[in-house]
Amino acid sequence: MLTMLLPALRLLIALSLLTGVLYPAFVLVAARLAFPDQANGSLIERDGLVVGSRLIGQPFASPRWFSSRPSATGAHPYDARASSGSNLGPTSPALLDAVRQRVDGWRAGSTAPRAVPIDLVTSSASGLDPHLSPAAAMFQVERVAAARGLDPARVRVLVGRHVEPRTFGVLGEQRVNVLELNLALDALR
Amino acid sequence: MSLESSWRLLLFLAVLVGVGWPLGKHLASIGEGKNPGLARWLAPLERAIYRFGGVDPAREMTWKQYALALLAFQLVGVVVLYALQRLQGVLPQNPAGLAGTTPDLAFNTAISFVTNTNWQSYGGETTMSHLVQAIGLGVQNFVSAATGIAVFFALARGFQRASSSTLGNFWADMVRSTVHVLLPLSVVLALALVSQGVVQTLEPAATVQLLEPTTDSAGAAVTEQTLALGPAASQIAIKQLGTNGGGFFNVNSAHPFENPTPLSNVLELLAILLLPVACCAAFGRMLLDGRQSRALLATMLLIFVPLSVLAIGAEERGNPRFDALGADQTASALQSGGNLEGKEVRFGAFESALWSTATTAASNGSVNSMHDSFTPLGGLAPMVLMQLGEVVFGGVGSGLYGLVLFALIAVFLAGLMVGRTPEYLGKKIERFEVQMASLGILAPCFAVLVGTALAVSTAVGRASIQDPGVHGFSEVLYAFSSAGNNNGSAFAGLNANVPFYNAALGLAMLIARYLVALPVIAIAGSLAAKKSIPPSAGTLPTHGALFVGLLVGVVLLVGALTFLPSLAIGPIVEHLQMTSGGGL
Repeated sequence: MLTMLLPALRLLIALSLLTGVLYPAFVLVAARLAFPDQANGSLIERDGLVVGSRLIGQPFASPRWFSSRPSATGAHPYDARASSGSNLGPTSPALLDAVRQRVDGWRAGSTAPRAVPIDLVTSSASGLDPHLSPAAAMFQVERVAAARGLDPARVRVLVGRHVEPRTFGVLGEQRVNVLELNLALDALR
Repeated sequence: MSLESSWRLLLFLAVLVGVGWPLGKHLASIGEGKNPGLARWLAPLERAIYRFGGVDPAREMTWKQYALALLAFQLVGVVVLYALQRLQGVLPQNPAGLAGTTPDLAFNTAISFVTNTNWQSYGGETTMSHLVQAIGLGVQNFVSAATGIAVFFALARGFQRASSSTLGNFWADMVRSTVHVLLPLSVVLALALVSQGVVQTLEPAATVQLLEPTTDSAGAAVTEQTLALGPAASQIAIKQLGTNGGGFFNVNSAHPFENPTPLSNVLELLAILLLPVACCAAFGRMLLDGRQSRALLATMLLIFVPLSVLAIGAEERGNPRFDALGADQTASALQSGGNLEGKEVRFGAFESALWSTATTAASNGSVNSMHDSFTPLGGLAPMVLMQLGEVVFGGVGSGLYGLVLFALIAVFLAGLMVGRTPEYLGKKIERFEVQMASLGILAPCFAVLVGTALAVSTAVGRASIQDPGVHGFSEVLYAFSSAGNNNGSAFAGLNANVPFYNAALGLAMLIARYLVALPVIAIAGSLAAKKSIPPSAGTLPTHGALFVGLLVGVVLLVGALTFLPSLAIGPIVEHLQMTSGGGL
């Protein structure tokens, strides 16, 4: 065993140099050359100000914006320093209470309550989900249009334009990027 | 499961086998010491590593020397990784200024990454510096997987060789697997992932202006969002390919910077199963009998597909309690529907559930959704796949050698029925092999059940449980099923970063890795020393449907006899409660 320890240590050092230093460094340099925007977080700028990442969701509470999904991250919703899901089990009273409150919130003031799309009342795995299903975005059209004094039909068209289909028709699910949709909403006059 | 989902599942499996099978040819060449294609260009690098290590790659080792070399390498790995974590506060490349980890966390994490489990009782972005992620965890991602491939090569040689006292050279097998298999695949995958938006930078974070300010739990206004960044892509590529699974970020491949698009998702999903499938193909090639590979692959698929269908169906159907509350889970033209608690919209129920079975069939353990929030049957499928001993695809190398242990038991049972000495792949299977195979199969079962029992019957074990009722039991059972089979995924509601779980799960991981790998090397040594015997009229063919059925039966029977009672207390009762609307 002892005679094996020295070669083991020396090989670990050599392989650490290769896979722990050279490999990430090579990927770092190649990524910076080929995909600089993606490698640094896919940031979005507006008027010279970085207003977010295309990939990371943001919290929206006011009816002037399309709301993102509920988020279970650290100190505040969509805290991108500490990603987290709720991890609540399917029969957890805490989960069922939260879903009930969210459904009631979306139905408040409504004379003919509709079933609320599931993604609007459940928290995502990362707590940073940038997307909504098209159903969940369409669900909010009237509310946003009323708050902004816009024609709902125009807002609906805007949502339709932001629906991303499945990749190659089979991969992933169709979705709407909430931050991009809200930025486009601001540009709508 | 919908018709469309069946079609998507079939397509995925077809692509997987279509890519994995040819890779098996390359893997077999590497195991046989040949350097085809790219490997010729990388050969100088390989030689330089041997020179630095002061080892002679041509020196043959007996099974005991092979096992000792493996243990020495793992011991050094654990010590170095432990030290790196404890000292990270004073080491460079720590832009977030993180302090050294606690002793119990460092112990657990060191074992976790060296044993290819990659159980994480910490959140990546808030606990580990870039140095530890790259030099510590990233390196073990490579070499722990390479160790699995090495043991697999040794086992294949045990069948190949006759009247031989040696099994090859551990150093050479491990270095060659790293340099010629894992490294080139990782470079390609890492760059493909960056193109999709996976971050790769030395910056610790970026700060952006929120469009609409929010408030934190203390009521203070929050106007900015801080995005944790880092050299993620290089680590994510190998954690997927090496059946490691340890995420760069806390939520693993559910994090949009770790898995941003449907395309990155399918690449990472394929990467989970790619090398286990390639190992399957390589085994037949090394034994010059491709039919054996096909029989083993058929065995794996016969267990994998039904359990995947169960999980996908359960998650697509969703949680009946949500319906009652007024949520709409039905799939329609505008939404994919299903149980979306703990899932990302871009992946939906189908790809989240498929990932959960792929990652637990292989001993990967990365997640793109939170298994703790799955419906009871959706969570049962991944739990069962781990409890079957990680032999349905399983870990890189380790899945295949684990399944061969079951094959030995299968031919042994068949031999008992007809009263003949069993044979497998031209070798007589005798008392020593059956004893070792039984040890390798039962040790992980022991770790899972005893660990779970210990945890739920002590106050310190119960204190970490998050959910009330039977789901809390499932959290503990899942944790020990995961650690006790070197998987690494979790029902993450369980607070595992406490001394009790760090120690208990650390021991479970040690048992699962070494009480399987060492018996396998011993069997390989014993087989290599035996003569090869040609098949006779009395030999049970091990490439036909009869043997596949027998092997599936043995795997399921051992699993069912061992784990059905505990599954009945956990997910099965919860399913009945959920659907009946009963209380907890």
